[in-house]
Amino acid sequence: MSQIRAKIEKVLDNAERLNEVLNAFLTIDREYALKRADELENSPIHGKLHGVPIAVKDNICTSWTRTTCASRILANYRPQYNATVVEKLLAEGAVIIGKTNMDEFAMGSSNENSAFGIVRNPWDLERVPGGSSGGSAAAVAAGIVDVALGSDTGGSIRQPASFCGVFGIKPTYGRVSRYGLVAFGSSLDQIGVFGRTTRNVAEVLEVISGRDERDATSADVPVPEYTKQLDDEIKGVKIGFPRSLFGEGLDAEVKSTIEQAIENFASIGAEIVEIDLPLLKYGIAVYYIIATAEASSNLARYDGVRYGFRAEDVHELRQMYYKTREEGFGAEVKRRIMLGTYVLSSGYYDAYYAKAQKVRTLLRSDFQAAFQKCDVIITPTSPTVAFRIGEKTDDPLAMYLSDVYTVTANLVSIPGISVPCGLSKEGLPIGMQILGNYWSESLLLRLSNAYELFFPIQAKPKVWVEKE
Amino acid sequence: MKNGWEAVIGMEIHAQLSTETKIFCACPTSFGETPNSNTCPVCLGLPGALPVLNWRAVELGARAALALGLKINEVSIFARKNYFYPDLPKGYQISQYDKPFSSDGILTIMTAERDDQGRPIEWKPMTIRIVRLHLEEDAGKNVHEGLPEVDKFSYIDLNRAGTPLAEIVTAPDFRSSWQAYDYVNHVRRALQWVGASDADMEKGNLRCEANVSVRKIGETGFRPKVELKNLNSVRFMQKAIEYEINRQIEAYERGEEVVQETRLWDEKNNCTRVMRSKEEAHDYRYFPEPDLPPLIVSKEWIEKIKAEMPELPDAMRDRFIKDYGLSFADANQLVSEKSLAEFYEQTAKLSGSPRTSANFILSELLRELNNAGITVAESKITAEKMAELIKLRDEDKINNIQAKEVLAEMFRTGKSAHEVVKEKGFEQISDVATIEKLVEEVIEKNAKQVEDYRKGNQKIFGFFVGQVMKASQGKANPKVVNEVLKAKL
Repeated sequence: MSQIRAKIEKVLDNAERLNEVLNAFLTIDREYALKRADELENSPIHGKLHGVPIAVKDNICTSWTRTTCASRILANYRPQYNATVVEKLLAEGAVIIGKTNMDEFAMGSSNENSAFGIVRNPWDLERVPGGSSGGSAAAVAAGIVDVALGSDTGGSIRQPASFCGVFGIKPTYGRVSRYGLVAFGSSLDQIGVFGRTTRNVAEVLEVISGRDERDATSADVPVPEYTKQLDDEIKGVKIGFPRSLFGEGLDAEVKSTIEQAIENFASIGAEIVEIDLPLLKYGIAVYYIIATAEASSNLARYDGVRYGFRAEDVHELRQMYYKTREEGFGAEVKRRIMLGTYVLSSGYYDAYYAKAQKVRTLLRSDFQAAFQKCDVIITPTSPTVAFRIGEKTDDPLAMYLSDVYTVTANLVSIPGISVPCGLSKEGLPIGMQILGNYWSESLLLRLSNAYELFFPIQAKPKVWVEKE
Repeated sequence: MKNGWEAVIGMEIHAQLSTETKIFCACPTSFGETPNSNTCPVCLGLPGALPVLNWRAVELGARAALALGLKINEVSIFARKNYFYPDLPKGYQISQYDKPFSSDGILTIMTAERDDQGRPIEWKPMTIRIVRLHLEEDAGKNVHEGLPEVDKFSYIDLNRAGTPLAEIVTAPDFRSSWQAYDYVNHVRRALQWVGASDADMEKGNLRCEANVSVRKIGETGFRPKVELKNLNSVRFMQKAIEYEINRQIEAYERGEEVVQETRLWDEKNNCTRVMRSKEEAHDYRYFPEPDLPPLIVSKEWIEKIKAEMPELPDAMRDRFIKDYGLSFADANQLVSEKSLAEFYEQTAKLSGSPRTSANFILSELLRELNNAGITVAESKITAEKMAELIKLRDEDKINNIQAKEVLAEMFRTGKSAHEVVKEKGFEQISDVATIEKLVEEVIEKNAKQVEDYRKGNQKIFGFFVGQVMKASQGKANPKVVNEVLKAKL
């Protein structure tokens, strides 16, 4: 048996076995993955990811298998084309073993909004893995794959990375093509990478980044070789410490862990400077206006006319729209479509959407002012460790507020990475978020890599492939 | 118009831009293909697909804008117009809203009221404001005919979805249906002239909507307006507006109110019917399209497009009047279509007789063209051949009646003027020796008349001319005949 096939078979076995516990995958395509493994074994071309198994979030289009967005409305939807990132992964020899579970249409922070069941956190099965890319985070955390793709609209990579104790980067808006990423908030969405190590993240980010003619918002900015710059010096890097963000609402243990992490950085040569981000507190309000406005429009195409779910027993057009969307979408998606429709409505547009755009512009200046003083900014990724399943489901506002540290990066289009930096007393991972200026992915990865090497976390989650 | 009332009309035109491919994807815009064959993930609105602007649509949009006197904005923003309809695959149309591609246009058109037979009474210039011309994508089509079980199913053809359109909106500056009619014709010609659009209403690549209200003369505000749709030809449009003006005036005079609504022109019954009321009007929830960056064009680019523009019809008309001494009416008719204007100018230059060329083209050639239902570009007659004919006539080689016959034959066969003249034996005899011979024969045969003439009966000179012409089978050059006769008698 070929080496690649043997490796992929083992990965598939692990995925299938652990999925019964974790529900991290919506689709595991064994037949496809093995066929692909055989093709690669005989291929004379050896790409950067030759034979590397990868999991892909189920809102990224794959032409050979369904792409559901964890929604009933797309339960059996099979795209006609591959997303640009998928094409790029395949061109470098990656093996996509399956599609990961998520909050429906990436709307959520806990993965409890999947139409196909919640994902469990490998560190504690009674807790959420975070969201919306919870399946990808859990699959990497449990050791099924070393890398997975996610998408991040307001923290959907960084927050689950933090909850699951893995590395997760959201690149600068425009760094990675969105072509084939099912849109949620088009001006905020960005595909990114989860990795067991910083190097894993860098290897994949290097492959998927770059200008794409099919995405007019992708940037024509050269892509550095992240992997080659990982070990570069971090001495003298100025880390911004926004003290005012370490106050109310932040869990004490998370607070002390992040403060310790900042001190750790100082001990290996980084310089710490205090900074202020006075407008960051408006981030959540602005985010939930812009994201829902764009979502209300992006999700209009799911009307039962051309593809996806269509309600049965309908007799006229309006009824078909109403019933299809009522039955096809889950509660959180409907809530956000309604919010978004409201903020764009005539008479309300200026008070909500137009004002939010103005504050968004101010937030950009706020960050640019901060980046005059420092190279990166460190905050907690989430104010708490992973919460219990069901803990916040009845309180959507509390759930929204937990995105306070992550949403602004999307609003101002800057990159951010979540780096595991400790465990709580209960043994749950804590992540710090490092934010950098536009196109500073290389610096973020360098800092992450340095931290990983100097302050490694040895503990493994309860659910872990090598235990059995 | 009924005493004391005036109409207030604003026009919206949607013109399909003549690109090879759609505005946001590479699918062809070709017409009449198998339903849903000119489609891809982008124009089907599949999840994850993204629009990329076709620059050719921007260039043609710019030509259209410049041809209509609009100012091109260096920065414009695409916006989403949100509404649900089965022929709209994304649930929104990518259009432009508060920052359109071009705006602030001032356009002068020629317009005339018509008499009972529909004949123009007096052409006058009129200046109207064009608020904006913006770029957007077309929707697909719902098909309800010619397919199985149409009573149970609706069919959707998305071949048209994503076709580039220019939407052209005027201020409410028209005061009669004929002004609106002349405006639409002006726009059609302008768009065709600069190659921006085929602007053919029958094929649906030019569509009109009219916003109509009426008010008492002297009122400055506006009364509720009615939006008229389903205007499938310029003539229907004019009739629909006329009907609507009268309907509204009559309603007010009965003491009723006119409500803001959308009405359709009913071709069969010659009236307008309610399509939807104001309460049912959409809230389109426009917002900037996040998938497309702002459309930015430089001053240099705008200048380049300007430099590439052909001479516009009104400028050409004025030049024809000045350079070729044509009347306004003739010049105006010659620039009614670009190929005709170009044909005329070439003919005028080649023949060296601009006025004869204009007369001949406008009377004889246009009649042939109208009868055949084609344009000059589609006909077999070239400017070279036409000029040849004009020369023959100018040099008196053929007379007027013959020239008409020759043209008809040229039009039918595509032969040159010389060929036809030769075949028909029309060549005029101007050779003095030949004519002298004929004259001598006539003198010989009519001794009595000659004697009368020589005695002083000058009146019978015409008789001799007639006899000579008859003897020459009409081919003799009358001028030469005159001279020879006078000498011989």
